[in-house]
Amino acid sequence: MNKVDLSVNIGGLKLKNPVILASGTVGYGNEIAEFTDLNKLGGIVTKSLSLKPRKGNPPQRIVETPSGMLNAIGLANVGVEAFIKDKIPFLKNLDTTLICNIAASSVEEYVECVHILNDEETIKAFEINVSCPNVKEGGLEFGNDLNAVGRITEKVRNATKKPVIIKLSPNVSRISDFAKVVKENGGNAVSAINTLVGTSFDIYTRKPKIKNVTGGLSGPAIKPVALAKILEIKRNTDIPIIGIGGIMIWKDAVEMMIVGASAFQIGTVNFINPNAGLEILNGLNSFCIENSIKNISDITGSFQI
Amino acid sequence: MYIEKAFVESVERLGEETFLMKVFSPAIAYISKPGQFCNIKVSESNFPLLRRPFSICNVDGDYVFFLFDIHGEGTKILSSKKNGDTVELLGPLGKGFMFDDDYETAVIVAGGLGAAPFPFLIKNISDEKNIICLVGGRSQKQIVTHGLKNIAIATDDGSEGFKGTVIDLLKEEIKNIHEKKFRIFACGPNAMLKALQKYSIENNFDCQISVECAMACGFGICQGCPVDSANGESYLLVCKDGPVFNANEVKL
Repeated sequence: MNKVDLSVNIGGLKLKNPVILASGTVGYGNEIAEFTDLNKLGGIVTKSLSLKPRKGNPPQRIVETPSGMLNAIGLANVGVEAFIKDKIPFLKNLDTTLICNIAASSVEEYVECVHILNDEETIKAFEINVSCPNVKEGGLEFGNDLNAVGRITEKVRNATKKPVIIKLSPNVSRISDFAKVVKENGGNAVSAINTLVGTSFDIYTRKPKIKNVTGGLSGPAIKPVALAKILEIKRNTDIPIIGIGGIMIWKDAVEMMIVGASAFQIGTVNFINPNAGLEILNGLNSFCIENSIKNISDITGSFQI
Repeated sequence: MYIEKAFVESVERLGEETFLMKVFSPAIAYISKPGQFCNIKVSESNFPLLRRPFSICNVDGDYVFFLFDIHGEGTKILSSKKNGDTVELLGPLGKGFMFDDDYETAVIVAGGLGAAPFPFLIKNISDEKNIICLVGGRSQKQIVTHGLKNIAIATDDGSEGFKGTVIDLLKEEIKNIHEKKFRIFACGPNAMLKALQKYSIENNFDCQISVECAMACGFGICQGCPVDSANGESYLLVCKDGPVFNANEVKL
């Protein structure tokens, strides 16, 4: 009795529950594992990987803003080869779905990364970051360019049989157009939204508080934007959506599923409460029991407008 | 490392700008080491959103102490905590001081609130070693001596003690002990640490510095607190690789 089916299927990617830890907020899993049981979560997305290691941006990289934070980490990562050698051994022993996030400065680099990572059975899907706002050579331009997003989706699609998720930028006029292009080019799902471009200045020195001048805004401050973008995608296409943006507690997650998310990622909250994923999962389960919801996927897109 | 909801025992005003908070946190107290820190959530709401890092100032039984001044909204909230209020500690975090091995004199160099980690260090340094504390600040107001001993003070404006920086004072004091085997332990503003780093590298002194940086998570996942490695090839993280570094390990 009262057993809820929490499993979800996102365009062919099956997860035991819809709780995913977002890229850039879990490193490669080992640090956060000190505080939470990753095996209970639906999935984790690695920090963006690039072909070669990246040092990342100089400090200051982060600053707190009202109900949010700006970050400009600059895709600091170990590179795909060190990832396979040093990080996969820990990740492969986890009983959660591993999604590999890839960032690149050219279409060819995305494809090459996928080729190198494709044979790793531990990796169950690729999330393609076309929208990092903090690297100069291309990231944001890709995310802002319908043709580029279509081309990247197509090339990556052809390079792997694993599910391909494209992580969309909110810094565009119509995000649903991008979701359509992903669908048309064979992408399995989109994740939305990446961070919003923002900045913050010191009024005395008149200097930007982060060295990169602008950064990506995340945290509860962006939740209403994320909900609106997800709703827009949901109402204009039928591609599965992984919702991201400002989830702090289980109620936020339910709200995001109602507007159209099949699953969701939590990010900034991991920095504050590294056990938030499990707490949200428990909250979701109770919500389903109390409301006689047998399959959590029934909530997805159940908005009444 | 633990996440522990902790009761505040007291918040004591030590000086015009400085507060000492005592919290009941047995799990963290038990495993903390000098130089480590806790990342503290000061309120249960989303404001302020992020935790705030604080050096562990001291540990006494089941109690952990934190020294802070009012710097922004987070510390303002902390300063108004009363007995029975709660804070949520995540810690202990980072790598602390190496203080157990072979040297005769510990030379503690603290700038302003940089005195925070030293009461706990002093408590743990063996009685067989000598300890001297050099404390600096812009003026008398910024001098923090809580829990320190054998103290010499330097102020930029000469309002108390030696007139000059604490590094100038250190250069004077070194003359008295330079024949012994000593180790410098330092914490304070970046400008102070930079001057100290230059001086100790030039003289090949044994020197450990505790570095400060804005951070979000405190345990390595946000990558928000980089500090350049000495060779400049990679970044180290203040939260995980530090906050205590050998002076020759990082480029400030």
